[in-house]
Amino acid sequence: MIKRIFIFIMLALIGMIFFNLASNYSENTSLSKLGYYYAEKGPQELGAPNLVTAVVVTYRGLDTLGEVTVLFISAAGVGLLLRRTRRNQDDDEGLEEGDRAEETAGVHKPASEIVETATQLLLPMVILFGVYVFMNGHLSPGGGFQGGAIIASGTMFLLLALPESHISRMMIAITESLSGFSYVVVGVLGVILAGGFLDNRIMGLGSYGHLLSAGAIPLIYTFVGFKVGFELSAVLDRFRKEDTGPV
Amino acid sequence: MNILTDIPISLIVLCSGLGLILIGLWGMLTQRNMIRMIIGFSLTDTGIHMVMVSIGYVTGRTAPIINDAVPVADAATLVVDPVPSALVLTAIVIGLGVTAVMLAFAVRIYKARNTLMIDECTESKW
Repeated sequence: MIKRIFIFIMLALIGMIFFNLASNYSENTSLSKLGYYYAEKGPQELGAPNLVTAVVVTYRGLDTLGEVTVLFISAAGVGLLLRRTRRNQDDDEGLEEGDRAEETAGVHKPASEIVETATQLLLPMVILFGVYVFMNGHLSPGGGFQGGAIIASGTMFLLLALPESHISRMMIAITESLSGFSYVVVGVLGVILAGGFLDNRIMGLGSYGHLLSAGAIPLIYTFVGFKVGFELSAVLDRFRKEDTGPV
Repeated sequence: MNILTDIPISLIVLCSGLGLILIGLWGMLTQRNMIRMIIGFSLTDTGIHMVMVSIGYVTGRTAPIINDAVPVADAATLVVDPVPSALVLTAIVIGLGVTAVMLAFAVRIYKARNTLMIDECTESKW
């Protein structure tokens, strides 16, 4: 009881802080200095119509590299936590046949033909849409993380519709590592060929507003998109199966 | 006097965000089921994103993407602040990673103890 009262008092105090914040709030009428600089110089300097992309990929590129690293570590952590240990495997072998059938009932029920055909028809389109979103990240709303999430939703779709389907861990690991490595290589090339780490002007800026423009931004977002997509797919797969080994 | 148009839109977003933060904190502190605590965390996370986005809003301006409606020359006077949007993009991805790890822990604890109630895990209590 005393705990409840304490929690209530604490939330009330935090609520008061929030109330003060909200009651003294007035909407901005102009950009901050930094925002003004990005909006003023961004399009000419980097050639990317989407200013958020310009900030994420180039001006604050190092943050994004850190973000990708955090996502990688959390995917690795999920893999480590949900790895099936030897002891658990033995436990499973000890299960009665009936228990096992009960445990996996529903999971191993084959999907109907309609679901199967629809999956085969829609899955390539979902992935194509993901690729479209990250390729156009510098032109329109979208980008590597959003495109990657769409690709992972395609994986989710596959796992729900066809639970028997096998996703190669090795393929995921190789694609993910290669994209992450290429991302860093592009960043280092920026130091050598242009103004600094992750500078996108290592390639020509191209004609403004076209698909292949804005220097290395489409390239970087392609790597980020593949990396995020495959990482999230690996996380989903781990939650489904929880078995061992990079097979 | 129209109340709906007098309240600035970003204030509404700010207040909903702050409300979500409070609801999430309440959930994390009072719920004993781990899945519910994780949902509380997600609510707080979303609330923080909404607060950050609302702070970047500038009255009457549009998304920071240059197109026919936003010519390059006037970009600085027509768009909202791109920096908070970029930070929220980062925050969403980090929140996703943290949630995934928390859920993995919940799965692990459930396997070990057959319960999701935090009260059962007495050895980490002080």
